Amino acid sequence: MKTKKKITPYMYILPALFLLVLFRLIPILMSFGISFFDFKVTGLGEFIGLVNYRTMFGDAEFWQSMLNTFWLVLFVVPASIVLPLIFAVLLNQITWLKGFFRTIYFMPFVTSLVAVSIVWKIIFSEQAGLANTFLQWVGIEPQLWLAEPKGIFTLLFGAMGITLPAWMGGPSLALFSIIIMTIWKGLGYNTIIYLAGLQNISKVYYEAAEIDGAGKTRQFFGITLPLVSPTTFYVLLMTTIVSFQAFAQVYLMTDKGGPLGTTKLIVYYIYETGFDDLNMGYASAVALVLFVIVLGLTIFQRRMEKHVNY
Amino acid sequence: MGNKISNIIIYLLLAVCGLFMIIPFIWMISTSLMTQSEFNKNDAIFIPKEQYHVWEKDGIERKVILVQEKGASSVIHVLDENDLISPDFPEYQSVPSSEIRLVTKKPSFHIENFARAFKKVPFATYFANTLYVSFLTLIGVFFTSIFAAYAFARMEFKGKDFLFYLFLSMMMVPEPIYLISSYMLLDKLGWLDTYNALIIPWCVNIFTIFLFRQHFKSLPQELFDAASIDGCSTFGMLWRIILPLSKPIIATASIFSLIGSWNSFMWPLVMTDRPELRVLQVGLSYFNQEASTQTTLLMAASTFSILPILILFFFAQKQIIASYAKAGLKD
Repeated sequence: MKTKKKITPYMYILPALFLLVLFRLIPILMSFGISFFDFKVTGLGEFIGLVNYRTMFGDAEFWQSMLNTFWLVLFVVPASIVLPLIFAVLLNQITWLKGFFRTIYFMPFVTSLVAVSIVWKIIFSEQAGLANTFLQWVGIEPQLWLAEPKGIFTLLFGAMGITLPAWMGGPSLALFSIIIMTIWKGLGYNTIIYLAGLQNISKVYYEAAEIDGAGKTRQFFGITLPLVSPTTFYVLLMTTIVSFQAFAQVYLMTDKGGPLGTTKLIVYYIYETGFDDLNMGYASAVALVLFVIVLGLTIFQRRMEKHVNY
Repeated sequence: MGNKISNIIIYLLLAVCGLFMIIPFIWMISTSLMTQSEFNKNDAIFIPKEQYHVWEKDGIERKVILVQEKGASSVIHVLDENDLISPDFPEYQSVPSSEIRLVTKKPSFHIENFARAFKKVPFATYFANTLYVSFLTLIGVFFTSIFAAYAFARMEFKGKDFLFYLFLSMMMVPEPIYLISSYMLLDKLGWLDTYNALIIPWCVNIFTIFLFRQHFKSLPQELFDAASIDGCSTFGMLWRIILPLSKPIIATASIFSLIGSWNSFMWPLVMTDRPELRVLQVGLSYFNQEASTQTTLLMAASTFSILPILILFFFAQKQIIASYAKAGLKD
């Protein structure tokens, strides 16, 4: 009876633990191993040490996909924090139609990324796409969107007659189209998280501020923003990690990360080197760089969280 | 008064943003009901309105593209039933203008786009595959999660903290990182291109374990003490006490798991190749490559693949949104 009691907990954990070790822990450890190997079309080649990593540092395509990914994160993350916070604060002020708006904002989040990528690809199509129709309505000339390799800053300043040097061009309009779609997809989730966060703030603070004569703006910056900061940290981390992993958009909306590789994101590059070029060792090395970035962000967030929790 | 104005502004802002969020869906549905030529002409953006030329000859009406009208004669392309230029007729054919007529139908909903998309691609198979994979994964997730969560929440044992952190740390690792090694592992197991590859690795869901653990921990200790005195076994407690009290959390976990399986894409794309094994998302992505010019059919297929989740969402939107909010805030 005694020994039976002792092993009972392990028996309960065993199914989950078995699958976790076999399909998570072992593959993660394998990734490290594989990244030190050469690959042939036939499969695993010979041990080549750090060659994959050395190749990576000299690989222009790797750096371009890194840069593209950073552009995406740089645009998606701030927008996915500021807009949902505004939505949540506004939604919190109303009662009529609150549920309706919440439902509409949340809809993109539950729908499949594949289907909405196709829809947005067509929205951005040059011929009869909705994006160009909209531009036509407001009197701007149609754009190439997903086929435009020129940077958005180049285009913006070009429209004003200013020619920017190439390095200041920013993300291509094609990548920017993907950025818009990615923001749209995730807005609803963050809005819901912020709404829940706002509900945790006691009304007492606002009543006190009202008595002291603080206006709505003051209340927002003095009470809401600091007290909702744990939520902001959660949203910041989750959005950043998810943005680094964007893949389906590139796969479905672009022609292999084109035009001119300006929409090739890091996960797409892993997929391409691993499954199109069948160089799985090299792909694993790139995947480990992504791993280090995500791990670093997570640790950074956990450290910082202790300082901002009220 | 000032309050009223600010209220109007709030509603206005929310409505504008709401439009931005919902227009892609509305456009998707309206485009899925148009003919291709109508979409290409782009003059009826949201309400399908059909306008086309027909060439009437020997009592047969054929749909055509009017390239040019030069007085008495017109240059046309004859279209087939898919609105593509028919190979049976010469391109840039010259016919008398009197035989050409403009037809307008408004509004006209071309529901047959769905049937045509279905004819091109076996979406029914993809749909069945997705259901099969989603439900078996759900059962697997429940089996592993409920037992593991019960042990973590209600039992004391050596190495508990270590195991707990092991689970927690695996949760943070993104899928692309172990995609390639998993492919090689499944290859070794002989599981590539089988349902096993789609189901078994996803039968452990760390997030669900934590969701259940949180709930099991919140149940009052007195319940367990009383059951223990009555001679209830460990498993009996789980079966007779915990599970009946866990219906809401089971519903929540089901929703997360089903939505997750339904929408999963990268894994099935990589792990399967045979068309019979394709799940909906993968099938849709192949259709996206094959039919890239047939916008209206693509939109019909997208609508079809989104619909089940949207219906589920509308019926349970309150619970779904509340679940996501709660799960997000838990840590």
